[in-house]
Amino acid sequence: MQDPYNPAWCPGCGNFQIREALLMAMEKKGLRPNQIAIVSGIGQGAKMPHYISCNTFNGLHGRSLPVATALKAVNHKLVVIAEAGDGDIYGEGGNHLIHAMRRNPDISLFVHNNQIYGLTKGQASPTSVRDLKTKTQPFGLLSEPLNPLLLGVAMNASFVGRGFSGDVERLSELMVQAMDHKGFALLDILQPCVTFNRVNTFAWYKKRVYYLEDHDPFDRRSAFERAMEWGERIPLGVIYKAKRPTFEEGIPFLLKGPLVEQGFDLERVKEALLGKKEGPGG
Amino acid sequence: MDLSFRIAGEAGQGIQTIGELLVKTFSKMGLFVFSHQDYMSRIRGGNNFYQIRISERPIHSSQRSIDLLLALNMESIPLHRAHVKPKGMVLWDSSRSEEGQGEGSLGIPILRMARELGGEILGNIVATGALLGMLGFELEPFLEVVKGSFSEKGKEIAEKNERAAYAGYEYARRECLTCSFEVCSPKGEEKRLLGGNEAIGMGAVLSGVRFYSAYPMTPSTGILNYLASKAEEFGIIVEQAEDEIAAINMVIGASYGGVRAMTGSSGGGFALMVEGLSLSAATETPIVIAEVQRPGPATGLPTRTEQADLLFVLFAAHGEFPRVLFAPGSPEQALYLTNKAFHMSERYQVPAFILSDQYLADSLWTWPGIDEGKILYRDYRIREADGTYKRHRFTQDGVSPLAIPGIVEGLVVTDSDEHDEEGHITESAEIRKRMVEKRLMKLLHMREEMEGPTYLGHRSPKIVLVGWGSTLGVLMDTVETVNKKIPCGMLHFSEIWPFPVSKAQKAFEVLKGAIGIGVENNATGQFAWLLRAEAQIELPWKISKYDGRPFYSDELSEEVLAYARSI
Ligand SMILES: Cc1ncc(C[n+]2csc(CCOP(=O)(O)OP(=O)(O)O)c2C)c(N)n1
Ligand SMILES: [Mg+2]
Repeated sequence: MQDPYNPAWCPGCGNFQIREALLMAMEKKGLRPNQIAIVSGIGQGAKMPHYISCNTFNGLHGRSLPVATALKAVNHKLVVIAEAGDGDIYGEGGNHLIHAMRRNPDISLFVHNNQIYGLTKGQASPTSVRDLKTKTQPFGLLSEPLNPLLLGVAMNASFVGRGFSGDVERLSELMVQAMDHKGFALLDILQPCVTFNRVNTFAWYKKRVYYLEDHDPFDRRSAFERAMEWGERIPLGVIYKAKRPTFEEGIPFLLKGPLVEQGFDLERVKEALLGKKEGPGG
Repeated sequence: MDLSFRIAGEAGQGIQTIGELLVKTFSKMGLFVFSHQDYMSRIRGGNNFYQIRISERPIHSSQRSIDLLLALNMESIPLHRAHVKPKGMVLWDSSRSEEGQGEGSLGIPILRMARELGGEILGNIVATGALLGMLGFELEPFLEVVKGSFSEKGKEIAEKNERAAYAGYEYARRECLTCSFEVCSPKGEEKRLLGGNEAIGMGAVLSGVRFYSAYPMTPSTGILNYLASKAEEFGIIVEQAEDEIAAINMVIGASYGGVRAMTGSSGGGFALMVEGLSLSAATETPIVIAEVQRPGPATGLPTRTEQADLLFVLFAAHGEFPRVLFAPGSPEQALYLTNKAFHMSERYQVPAFILSDQYLADSLWTWPGIDEGKILYRDYRIREADGTYKRHRFTQDGVSPLAIPGIVEGLVVTDSDEHDEEGHITESAEIRKRMVEKRLMKLLHMREEMEGPTYLGHRSPKIVLVGWGSTLGVLMDTVETVNKKIPCGMLHFSEIWPFPVSKAQKAFEVLKGAIGIGVENNATGQFAWLLRAEAQIELPWKISKYDGRPFYSDELSEEVLAYARSI
């Protein structure tokens, strides 16, 4: 592990709290470091696994989900978490997100959503507000922001939630719920970027966020309503849940145990593939 | 005996069905068979053909000139008739036209007979029976194939098909007064057939592949289909990805997770995988990629053949790192080289390629069956490692122990960013330099494992044909023909990268005094370029084909002889 006290994050960055929440969640779940694998993309948020003691695959920008999906499929005993930024997963890796929702692998996705490209220094992200002026958006951002939660509900994703880095305790609770969930769990985490996002600051979020109460996440209609809520009030918590079979459950031979533990018997395969010993051509 | 047939017609008319029935029948007779397919990128209409060559001796390529054309529609006759040999025949469906087709043809009312026998669907069987009748083969082996193919569909259907085969056969025997083919059926042991895509799939299964992910793309889809058909039996996760980027990243994730994993595509799909390729290199995660070429650029000719991705695959991706590249020349080589690709990929923790093409993918060869002794298998992954484990530890040969996350006690950490021995992100100049050297160091041993070219032909040749990949069979048959007139030989490379420099130089030494001709199914002579760059060997002449069609050995022989006469 890299020096956890000297991560490559700016002082005051929401990533510090997300890290704390994640450590807390791992402790709550009683997981040993080698039982967890974090797969991440590229961005400031995606550096997370370097500051946590766990198996780590820090892959390409936008591509954490295909890696995480396959990793879980070949070893379903591992707890697999994907960590991504908003640019990472809603922009570059958007297609994989949609298809991960369809496939429903039993993994959790924690999105460090600071509504900006941090690492590349302040360009608009898919969740940035419309008209945002940056060095690369000379006329202001000309696109509407993507609503990840609404997308999740529309896709019938099996778990859709939102947390806030400013509340470590409840964020860690949400992370535990996402990890406990059997299936793909999208947890969008609002996080201020102290250097590049002057609009969605800590105070901006703090003033708006509230926790959902008396909300039935299995009620899709009301989930749509909650997911659409953004502005003066921003709901936090589990917005939507659907009972769906996981990707791994659909693969019959995984019932025998993790694929990686199933071994390979060359002699048996030869016999089954090439037929009984009949000499060449048999 | 050396006979070639072409079954031509529209897409959707059953050309492939007839072709497959015939190759099975000839194999049953104990004959050597070679077949290839030429088809358009459409589901219906157009003009496609399936070409079959048979002999009692081994054969390895298709011929441009054919002995018999089976035309399933009228349009096929003018399109292909020029390729029918002077003594050859055209078999056509006289229920489609009143007009006679003149000398050297036999019209059989295929569709009408089929309808009378129980439905148009029987037309393929009538036609196949007629073809065998014209040639003068016995019908029995075909009846057995028909029985085998339709037994599952019930007795009634099987019998209907047998009757259709008999009817077509008898009609041709009776009516074809000018048919004078000399055929023999050796009554030898039944022969086995192997196709290019199937061979890659089999090689993968025998190497212990447990995860295959791909996005459909002709002509590589056959591998995906083959492995999907074996998924349940051999415990292989086969996943159709949302795109090729996902496919290669999944494969890397599966391999990181501890199982052997592979993906496949054609040039355009592989282009999308290129960043993933460098991810496999940076994280030293073994993966195997089958690139089944078709002509580019862009969508090119989706269902046709070319060898134009060699340098692309060799140099694809940013950064400097080792890779393995095999270009099999036959289905048999495809099987063993896929196995070797898995072996080397895991041993050196590098990406490994099988570079095939549509011609090889859709060809069937007679093969002697597997030589089990040639299958390499050793599990290089470690299942025990304590907390001191470092995924990218510096070692003498650059290869670090490859542990499985979650199975070992220690943590398996890796990064697409430059990383330290543990796998954590670093920007240290010193570590960076050592990591580059660590990765490149593997080339030394990798190169030693590569086989040099195969030489076949005259002992002191005047002309040597130099090729690589899928042209192996064409070169073999061409050399045999040309050798009857002038001393000729061939050098064929199927193990391309790391380039076996000294083995190549040695092979060329023997050919002092001969003229080398590069034969490539591309326009620019990519392999000749590589040979010059790596081994400082110049080929003074080249024969290129880049119309999207494969070489035919009779055509190539003529071209070589014409060149020989001109010097
Ligand atoms: C293929 C590719 N394109 C672009 C980049 C450059 N890049 C790195 S991170 C990033 C965006 C970062 O934004 P986000 O994902 O929101 O992460 P943050 O830094 O805000 O946490 C970009 C564009 C890259 N690494 N790879
Ligand atoms: Mg961001």
